[in-house]
Amino acid sequence: MADVYINSKFVGTVEDLDSFISNVKDQRRNGALSEFVNIMKDDRANEVQIFCDEGRARRPLIIVKESKPLLTEKHIKQLTDGEITWADLIRQGVIEYLDAGEEENALVAYNETQIVPNTTHMEITPGSITGITTALVPFGSYNQSSRLIIGSKNQKQSLGFYAANYHLRMDMDANLLHYPQFPIVKTSLHDVTDYDEHPSGQNMVVAVMCFDGYNMEDGVILNKSSVERGLARSSYFRPVSAEELRYSGGLVDTISVPDKDVKGYRSEKDYRFLEGDGIIYPEATVDEGDVIIGRTSPPRFLSGLDEYNLSAAIRRESSISLRHGERGVADFVVITENEEGNRLVQVRLREERVPEIGDKFTSRHGQKGVTGILVPSSDIPFSVSGIVPDLIFTPHGVSSRMTVSHLLELIGAKVGALSGRYVDSTLFEAEHEEDIRKELLASGFREDGTETFYDGRTGKQMLARIFVGNMYYLRLRHMVANKMQSRARGPIQLLTRQPTEGKAKEGGLRLGEMEKDVFIAHGASLLLKERFDSDKAVLPVCEKCGLVAVEDHYKNRKYCLMCGEDINVSYVEMSYAFKLLLDEIRSLTIYPRLNMVNKY
Amino acid sequence: MKADNEKLIESYSDKLPPSVLEEIKVGVPGTISKEKLIQILDRSILVYKNAKVHAGECVGLVSAESIGEPGTQMTLNTFHFAGVAEMNVTTGLPRIIEVFDSRKIISTPSMEVFLNSKINQDVEKVRQLASSIKETRFGELVSEYSLNIFEQTLGIKLNSEIIADKGLTTKDIVKLIKAKVKNFEVESKSDEIIFTQKSKSEDIKDLYGIKEKLKEIKIKGLKGIVQVLPVKRGEEYIILTSGTNLKDVLALPEVDGTRTVSNDIHEVREVFGIEAARQAIINEVYKVVESQGLNINIRHVMLVSDLMCVGGVVKGITRYGVVSEKASVLARASFETPLKHLINAALEGEIDNLTSVVENVMINQPVPIGTGLPGLVTKMK
Repeated sequence: MADVYINSKFVGTVEDLDSFISNVKDQRRNGALSEFVNIMKDDRANEVQIFCDEGRARRPLIIVKESKPLLTEKHIKQLTDGEITWADLIRQGVIEYLDAGEEENALVAYNETQIVPNTTHMEITPGSITGITTALVPFGSYNQSSRLIIGSKNQKQSLGFYAANYHLRMDMDANLLHYPQFPIVKTSLHDVTDYDEHPSGQNMVVAVMCFDGYNMEDGVILNKSSVERGLARSSYFRPVSAEELRYSGGLVDTISVPDKDVKGYRSEKDYRFLEGDGIIYPEATVDEGDVIIGRTSPPRFLSGLDEYNLSAAIRRESSISLRHGERGVADFVVITENEEGNRLVQVRLREERVPEIGDKFTSRHGQKGVTGILVPSSDIPFSVSGIVPDLIFTPHGVSSRMTVSHLLELIGAKVGALSGRYVDSTLFEAEHEEDIRKELLASGFREDGTETFYDGRTGKQMLARIFVGNMYYLRLRHMVANKMQSRARGPIQLLTRQPTEGKAKEGGLRLGEMEKDVFIAHGASLLLKERFDSDKAVLPVCEKCGLVAVEDHYKNRKYCLMCGEDINVSYVEMSYAFKLLLDEIRSLTIYPRLNMVNKY
Repeated sequence: MKADNEKLIESYSDKLPPSVLEEIKVGVPGTISKEKLIQILDRSILVYKNAKVHAGECVGLVSAESIGEPGTQMTLNTFHFAGVAEMNVTTGLPRIIEVFDSRKIISTPSMEVFLNSKINQDVEKVRQLASSIKETRFGELVSEYSLNIFEQTLGIKLNSEIIADKGLTTKDIVKLIKAKVKNFEVESKSDEIIFTQKSKSEDIKDLYGIKEKLKEIKIKGLKGIVQVLPVKRGEEYIILTSGTNLKDVLALPEVDGTRTVSNDIHEVREVFGIEAARQAIINEVYKVVESQGLNINIRHVMLVSDLMCVGGVVKGITRYGVVSEKASVLARASFETPLKHLINAALEGEIDNLTSVVENVMINQPVPIGTGLPGLVTKMK
């Protein structure tokens, strides 16, 4: 006697547990029950759990009966001829989906050779232990598992052909790779997922060598001439939007070219791209500070009396302009309305991104690197046959990370390029290394993939032979153009008078606690003071009470809130943050008195 | 070495430390001319002066960073040697924190008891001594308790094997117990002791109470020494203990008091004084540093140890210890619990003379270190 639960609800009991389970399974396989039903036997609790609800992760497996997989050569022929489909296989009870529960009762063989008498299922492919992106890593079975994870994570950040209707979309931070290619070294997942419809990298000629140290510590060197011919070039899209908000009292924003008497009017030059409707015209090349969408808003804080006031009629300028350090081309303009029915204007900006120093590249093996330099092809080392690499990768990145697949792809794609074919590198089912090497040898190259190289600058032969081949390289979305920032002067925080923080606010780079310690340890006392001068303040201090006094420049008088007008004031230099501290101490009802003595 | 050369070297004793002079004395050839020896000595003075810390050098911060930076590489986990004949003593970062915080109760107090040459080669004698040091409590000797509620008696059966092993007799034990237990009649039969309540009170609690109290009575050994382990260290046998009692251990005639150490800094200070405690801190910290394979100059540790011991008592690098002694209110407030320090300063009307580093960084004035230290003195006419 065993309890039966359906979707975790008790429904009854059965006498013969095993025959009940096999009965349910048979009925599912012959179509009497829905294929979405899964049944699990829990021996310890002596109960059966039947699930048919949503939200279970299930995966397909080939059913094995009497040590023979039900999927036969006949099925495969029918499938390739298009006579039957996947759904037919499920209907015929050849393949079924198991959920996590039912998997507990199944014995799954990796392949036919592993089938034993009590095997219940067989994997469709042993590579199905990975997910889609991980299966896109070529020669994955030659790697440490963590490298596969890193490799698949990198691929998710790559630029490619993300959507065929990109020109109609308003995606935030969209990137589009120019001239994307299908990888020479592919896996079966590339075919299954129609990777050629949305590729995200390019096949590059890669040399594994050092070159003046510009690729040390995970750097890569790019061939400047290749880049000028369009290698890894991409476009960056960013929408700018403005809506006509409605305020209380029937006031609304208006999108238009602001009048000159508007409060906060910039300069005529800033509005030069706007057309009559207050919106930029397409294909205008804009730079930082240029207005994209002109807009004015009603004045803030209208009190009753102000309505008759002349100044109340003055509207506020609230145009959308390019932020500090941004540039681009107005690509596409949309005028529409949002959910609340307000007029909404969106302008998509486009910017061509040519690879530059600091841009991030990766192969599909978790071997990411940052561009260290772009070298003209005349200076780059070249092979006997005149092959010049597009990218130079450092050999030091391989030894500790043990990404054998990286090396295999290099040699595999070289063979693929020479033979004019794609090389299969599906997980556990890849082409064999020996075969690839033999084919390379047959093509007239050294079978280990190395070639004699010459230094492009001197023309001298290099001492070592260079491991060179092709690789599918991806450009990642982290580009310096989005991140670079510097500042000499700029905005400060109101409260502390110290520089703002972060790129968006044009902030400074903080000289932190540990950096401060460096100055002290070097005894560079006065340098330290200068570095911390960002919030320097010279304040009048009342000599009588030692508190900060008030200096009224308009009326040209000084007074102390404690002692009144009849005081002597000393000017004391300190950081504004300290003045703030004194104020806060005072708020604790503690009297922080500054005792002043002459410095000299 | 000619006598006048030796005299010459000695005449430099006010300019060079004895160790350097000794090195020169041993190092130079005996046939050296007087002029050359003077040259060597003068040059030595120059090198010696250069090697000294310069005025205005920020030794404290350099020490702090020099210990702190390798500290980040230290393994947080202490290693455990299961089954190996070593005691499990806290090492690594937890131990360093413990020492620098100057904790009163440390997580693994232990001693290394060295023995004098009479017995330190004899394993058997060392083992005997070890087991005689170990604190034995009455509870360990008991095999059975039987509480008779009707007659209000507590019968205790002793484990004769253990007693024999410890070299005790039931008689001794009863004697010891009688001295400690009041209000109870104590009778003893071979290996059983029976306690009968004198005043036939109805309260059973007293019987339970006496049972728990009895367990804790010390029968033998030195108080606090929980475990002993004789091990071979080099050519001799020493005793490692878990739990410390330095004072009593040193009183034993077999113990070599010149080498025996405890890892409890406070105990070392009580027994040997502050100078020993200072050295104990250095030793304990450096032991950890070396065990982790780090390279910290011992002078940094010495400086910290000096700072902790300078007041004659061991103070930790905590807000209650060394930091609380800082002269500046602002410096103390910037460490921990700022409000407490500000309020107390306000109550006392404390004046901050801004003489140290932290407070000057706060108000953005030159810190009195390095280039900020010297001032200019002029005579005004």
